Amino acid sequence: MNIPEDLLYAKTHEWLRQSGASATVGITDHAQHELTDVVYVELPTLGTHIAAGQQICVVESVKAASDIYSPASGTVESVNDALTSDPALLNTDPYGKGWIFTLRLDTDADLSGLKQAAAYGEQLGGH
Amino acid sequence: MDNAPKRTPLAPVHESLGARMIDFGGWWMPVQYQGILEEHRAVRTQAGLFDISHMGEIFVSGPEAEVWLNRMLTNNVAQLGNGQGQYTLLLNERGGVIDDLLCFRLEQGHYLLLVNASKIEEDFLWLQSHAGAGVTVDNQSDLWAGLALQGPEAEAVLRALLGPEVSLPARNQIVSLGIPNGPILLSRTGYTGEDGFEWFCPAQTVPIWWEKLLEAGRPLGLLPCGLGARDTLRLEAGFTLNGSDLSPEHTPLEAGLSSFVKLDKDDFIGRTALTAQRDSGLTRRLVALVMEGKTPPPRPHYPIFNGESLVGETSSGSLSPTLGLGIAMAYLPSALCAPGTRVELEIRGRRFPALVSKRPLYRRQPNA
Repeated sequence: MNIPEDLLYAKTHEWLRQSGASATVGITDHAQHELTDVVYVELPTLGTHIAAGQQICVVESVKAASDIYSPASGTVESVNDALTSDPALLNTDPYGKGWIFTLRLDTDADLSGLKQAAAYGEQLGGH
Repeated sequence: MDNAPKRTPLAPVHESLGARMIDFGGWWMPVQYQGILEEHRAVRTQAGLFDISHMGEIFVSGPEAEVWLNRMLTNNVAQLGNGQGQYTLLLNERGGVIDDLLCFRLEQGHYLLLVNASKIEEDFLWLQSHAGAGVTVDNQSDLWAGLALQGPEAEAVLRALLGPEVSLPARNQIVSLGIPNGPILLSRTGYTGEDGFEWFCPAQTVPIWWEKLLEAGRPLGLLPCGLGARDTLRLEAGFTLNGSDLSPEHTPLEAGLSSFVKLDKDDFIGRTALTAQRDSGLTRRLVALVMEGKTPPPRPHYPIFNGESLVGETSSGSLSPTLGLGIAMAYLPSALCAPGTRVELEIRGRRFPALVSKRPLYRRQPNA
C-alpha cells in the first residue's frame, strides 16, 4: 500500500499536502483500493467554507457512494475538473493526477490531528 | 438461529482469488475479482465465468407433470419438446410475481425448474402445496452446483474443454453430458445478453469444473466474474431482477413480460387477474431509463419526477459500462412510458434528467 512520506493523513483516508497557506486534498491508495472502480466524483463547490472533519464531497464506485471529509478547515480554492471526464484518475493516480480539491486554509486551521505516514500505516495495520 | 450466509462449494476458491464477498440473499458470494468494469468488458468482448451454485434446481416428474406445470406457470409448457426450455413466471392469485425462472423439459414427464437463489424454499413450498396426484416435486438444490459461461467466446471455451466435435445445445436447449465428474446438464441460456451456457454439475464436482473451464478459457480471455458485473450486464440487456423489478406487487404484464404469459392457454394461477388487467389497460409499466450526460450512477429507490410530481422510483440502477451513462428501470404511469419521454431522477437532493428508452438498451451484434 502506497503511503507517501511527505503527506499528512486523516483517519478517514484522505491525504493533505500543505504548501504555505494552501493545501491539496485527495484520497489515499487504501481508499481507492477499497472503492474499486470510481465512476463519478461529485466535486466540491468553489468558495465553500468547510470545517475539519465535515463531509465535503462524494465519490461513487459502481456499487457504492462514499463520503469524503475535509482533513482541515478552509475555503475551497480549486477543484480538479479532470475528474469529471476521467474519474478513474482516483484509482490510477490517487496522490498525483487524482487530487480532488485545494483549500485556502483558515488562519487557525489545526493540522495537528492529522497523521504522519508511519502512523497512518499503523492504522491500516499492514493491509 | 444461525444467520450466517450459506456458502457454495466455490466459496474458498473465490476467497483465494481475492474476491470481495457479500451476503447476497443469504448466500456468501463474490461481488468482483479484478473489478466490475473489467469483468463486464470481458463478458461483452470475450468470456466470463460466474458461480451460480446458489440458484435452485427443482425437478418435477410424473404423468401429470406437463398439465400441472401449465397450471402453475405462465408460459406454455406444452410447446416444449425434449431438451427444450423456456423463460416463465410463477404467479400468486393476484397475478403478482413469486418468481421468474427457466423451465426445461428433459424428457416426457420430467422437468427441471431453475429458480432464483433467494426464492428456493418459497417456490418449493408453493409448488409442493399445489401438487396433486401424478406429480412429484423434488428440490435438489443442495445436490447441484452451477456455473454460467457467458460471452462471444463461450462456445470456443467449451470446445477447448470438451473437444471440437462435441455436440452443443442451441439457444434455450439443454443436453446431458455423460462425462466423468458428471452428469452435466448443459443449457444454452444466460442472464447477460451474450451467447453463453449454464453448466449444472453435482455440487462436490464444481471446484474441478471451475478450474478446468478457467484453464481452457484463459487463452481466450476468460475471466472469473462476480455479482457486480452480473448486475450491470443484465441491466443493459433489459433483464428484470426478482426482488427489485419483479415482486408480488407487480404483474408480468406491467413488467413488459407479456410474451412469456400465454393468456390463451388453459387456466393457470393468476390468469383471471391478468386477463382483467389486460382488458382494462395497464396503468403503469416497467421502463428503461438512460441518464442524459455524466451523472452520479442511478441506484434502486431513487425518486423520479415529472415536473414537480413524484411519479415513481427506480427499481434497479447502475452505470452502464457499454453506454458510459447511468441506466435504470422503473415503473412509471403509462402516460410517461413512451420512449423519448424525459423525467428526472433525484440523487442526493439534486435532480438529473433521464430519457425513457426502448428495452433492451443493449443487444449483442449477430456473428458475421
